[in-house]
Amino acid sequence: MEFLRPASWPEALAAKAEQPSAAPLAGGTDLMVELNFDRRRPEALLDLNSIGELAGWATDGDQLVLGATLPYARVIVELGDRLPGLAMAARTIGSPQIRNRASIGGNLGSASPAGDCHPVLLALNATVEVASARGSRLIGVDEFYLGPKRSALAPDELIRAVRIPAGTGPCQFAKVGTRNAMVIAVCSFAIALHPAAGSVRTGIGSAAPTPVRAADAESFLAGELASGGQWESRGELDPTVAARFGELVARAAAPIDDVRGTARYRRHALAVLARRTLTWAWQEYRTCA
Amino acid sequence: MRLNTTVNGEARQVDDVWEGESLLYVLRERMGLPGSKNACEQGECGSCTVYLDGVTVCACLVAAGQAEGRDVRTIEGLAGLAGGTDLDPIQQAFIDAGAVQCGFCTPGLIVAAHELLARRPDPQVAEIREALAGNLCRCTGYQQILEAVQAAARARQAGPA
Repeated sequence: MEFLRPASWPEALAAKAEQPSAAPLAGGTDLMVELNFDRRRPEALLDLNSIGELAGWATDGDQLVLGATLPYARVIVELGDRLPGLAMAARTIGSPQIRNRASIGGNLGSASPAGDCHPVLLALNATVEVASARGSRLIGVDEFYLGPKRSALAPDELIRAVRIPAGTGPCQFAKVGTRNAMVIAVCSFAIALHPAAGSVRTGIGSAAPTPVRAADAESFLAGELASGGQWESRGELDPTVAARFGELVARAAAPIDDVRGTARYRRHALAVLARRTLTWAWQEYRTCA
Repeated sequence: MRLNTTVNGEARQVDDVWEGESLLYVLRERMGLPGSKNACEQGECGSCTVYLDGVTVCACLVAAGQAEGRDVRTIEGLAGLAGGTDLDPIQQAFIDAGAVQCGFCTPGLIVAAHELLARRPDPQVAEIREALAGNLCRCTGYQQILEAVQAAARARQAGPA
């Protein structure tokens, strides 16, 4: 095995072009487990920790640009005010030690359907910035997840950053697990209200082969809010609308029975999470006029 | 490969490190520092918690090569940090409170608690529980551990005896 330690982003892209099988390594919270348990023996490890620009964040117009290796601990502390939904999801990841190392780029690279940041990225309509020696491109998060642990990333590409439109409206996240720390999601859900666009976006985690949106639930809720003039009135939400929204979210999932829970339980829990997070998000919208 | 790193304030160089091995393996098997414990090897238990450039991490999830040129502090390097050879207040508190049974989780818990107290000298119980959420103990039921952290906070604030 080789250990590649590029000192700059162009060097990293060159190394990945030369050796597409090299496994990108940042926090190691997924990859090192596979190495420790002899499940994977990549020809090379491509350590991205020496590339300072990947570990930072910046604003670009009305977007926040989060470097691929920015650890979740810093997302919570430094971006909790600008991206509260993402910070909420980040707080549920692993433990302090894990959050000190794990990153959005790693979550995306692993593309596990249970990754905690995915539902929020879907709800916030994030864009993944990837690059190779051939050039760079932007992949909408809707197109990024292709299957369990499979993404739209080409073998010679690396994830550089995630771009998230900032300040578009309330965003809430909730996750079901057996305890509050060190737990993989049984299922999770995120909702973002986008009042300026009159739209709603969602993300379901750990209840389908990939993270998915609940498109019917989104259009149902957006329709209800528009026809009732509620974006303007900020009136109370009809509980039957919230309940119907939950049902439609549950219907959008395609869960399986596994060690963490049954498909039936996941659908039920998703309906509850969807109703709750919508209630929280709407309350936030009503009170932050 | 060759690895150069600073461990507990001392520059260390080790050769023949396998590229896929963890920092934990290097510490325990190549540097003779078995204080950091090897239990789950997947970041679930916190027994291998060490400081890497001042940040607590699971050493089992850090590739050896990622420690190149960086500063590592392990449980072996906490005593005497403030000068002398005395145990750190958190180490003494674990002994006094009987917060140790089999002892396997203890080094990781002490490093995690040490980091908490450096950041929050007077933590609430909820903050202690949150800070130690990544460190599993299967013996004590955690009560004496919580008491030890609270006692250490008081001892630190009172200053050296």
